[in-house]
Amino acid sequence: MGQRATPIASTIKGPGSLSSGASGPWKRKRFRPRTLITHLILLPICFLWIYPFLWMVSAGLKTEREIYSGLALIPETWRWENFQRAWVVARIGEYFVNTVIITLGSIAIVLVSVSLMGYVLGRYQFPGKRLVVSVFAVTIFLPEGYTIIPIVQLLQSLHLTNSLAGVTLAQSGGAHVVMVLLFAGYFAQLPKELEEAAVIDGASFLRVFWEIMLPLAKPVVATTIILQFMSSWNAFLQPLVLTLSRPELRTLAVGMYAFRGEYSTDWSGMAAAATISLAPVIITFLFLQRYFIEGIAGSVKQ
Amino acid sequence: MAVETSARALSLKTKGGFSSGKTLRERMWAARWCYFFMVPSLLLTVAFTLYPTVMSWYFSLLDWSGFSSDRDWAGLANYREVIQDDLFWNAYLRSFLFTIVGAPIKIGLALIVALILNDASLRFSSFYRTLFFLPVVTSSAIIGIMMTFIFSPLDGPVNMVLLQLGLLDRPVDFIGDPDTALWTVVAVYIWKWFGVTMIYWLAALQVVPQDLYEAARLDGAGRWHMHRTITLPLIVPFALVIVLITVVSALNIFGLVQTMTGGGPYFATEVMELYIYRNAFGAGEIPRLGYASAAAVVFGVTVLIISLVQGLGLKKANAARAQMKSQ
Repeated sequence: MGQRATPIASTIKGPGSLSSGASGPWKRKRFRPRTLITHLILLPICFLWIYPFLWMVSAGLKTEREIYSGLALIPETWRWENFQRAWVVARIGEYFVNTVIITLGSIAIVLVSVSLMGYVLGRYQFPGKRLVVSVFAVTIFLPEGYTIIPIVQLLQSLHLTNSLAGVTLAQSGGAHVVMVLLFAGYFAQLPKELEEAAVIDGASFLRVFWEIMLPLAKPVVATTIILQFMSSWNAFLQPLVLTLSRPELRTLAVGMYAFRGEYSTDWSGMAAAATISLAPVIITFLFLQRYFIEGIAGSVKQ
Repeated sequence: MAVETSARALSLKTKGGFSSGKTLRERMWAARWCYFFMVPSLLLTVAFTLYPTVMSWYFSLLDWSGFSSDRDWAGLANYREVIQDDLFWNAYLRSFLFTIVGAPIKIGLALIVALILNDASLRFSSFYRTLFFLPVVTSSAIIGIMMTFIFSPLDGPVNMVLLQLGLLDRPVDFIGDPDTALWTVVAVYIWKWFGVTMIYWLAALQVVPQDLYEAARLDGAGRWHMHRTITLPLIVPFALVIVLITVVSALNIFGLVQTMTGGGPYFATEVMELYIYRNAFGAGEIPRLGYASAAAVVFGVTVLIISLVQGLGLKKANAARAQMKSQ
């Protein structure tokens, strides 16, 4: 949170980076009443914008009665036992572990497959490349989310339904066109002397990639990790369908959904559970927002 | 645009040439590592994107409850039933209604906020950007559950505020009333994904040089005039991409709607994904995977056509722009 005033995102000034707020020669020189008005409008809007999250954290710390009785955000006494109840009774602890396993697994799979693909497409010309590129182009236009039935059936025939491995694999599936493009674009602009020198030294194709190229692509690696983290941590449809008969394999999102079904009146317990579920991704975002924003912007920038 | 870019980025003069001289087989042998490197990504693409697309066509021709033993050939019977089902058409049209209402509002509001935040003289703009973006990183399923409390008629904060301000005299059941449920979901959808569109716009606004603004300001141009004459013409090509991405993503809302309303009340918020889910996996119903696949195919083909038309329009627009530049 320390970087709030000097945002990370504005310190990078690569081509196309979102360096809003830090450029412009007249910045901080003139006082314009209109900027003050802008702030006076933006601040309340932003407060309302994140109010649902503030309400949720606060409701997680209140008693039921207190939630119903007023809008004050600071609880009279801090009821940490709501969090304890959510963690144990609602089994949020177990679901948390499942979600971590699935997220880490899918990040690893996606990172390997996407970086290898991006490296080859970005740096080499070979027979069949055009075909691979057009397959990827087609997948952009294929609607996702309407393919859940064949995916379940495929995992069934691989005996992977109702297992964390199956959910992880399903989460990693797909073409990940944006990530491949980010890697391809990045690798394409690195000078070719890099690998020429290494090849003269006798380094293999694999070693050139692993020891020279990949370490240079750290920013793209970070963006890929963030994008996949966001998508796996927040996924709902696939984990829901794939764990229908194995409640102990639920992820946080699915677990919350089930918890609501069983204890629909326990507002404070649910608010506490929701806080636990959302906190990791929100905290990660606040620290690494540059990579989140670069990743999102990557899909229109080219 | 993304497609063309990929083509452009990927044909960038390549460092390792495996395609000159020699026979095809020699070239392929020389590039064996390339093929090896592509295996994981191609496997994931084929297994989870291409194969499912093709298989849903096949499944849609079956009468199938999910156990491999009782698959029966059904021909086009599923399709006949799909097009005769009122609930299907309701969900089908509702999905597009959702997009037609939600996407333009989101795109327009995000552009306004992006223009405000892009002003270099505005301090703390990245602080505001962070707050506007925050809902994007959160799980839509959990947001959906949280919103059932926020909009609850039983002392939920929205009703409490509106009552205290005197704007309502009795609580409104935003989510439980068929008249308001869909619009409440649309509002939450806009809030949840607003940040993505805003970042797209901010990225697009990078193409506008700040000194153009400065020059216009010295000429005494007003803010609105400035944006109309400088900003908008420059960001039109991005606008097309942003519309394309937003429209397609507005059809991916299962997590939010399923947890917020479950498609109710009385199917008032059942969009296409929920219809498919209910028929394929819904509790208390016999799974009808063939029928659900047929519904998915009809809808998927529609979406495919829409994106292709948009994609073609995009290509034409880009070509026209390139021509204008060369003249």
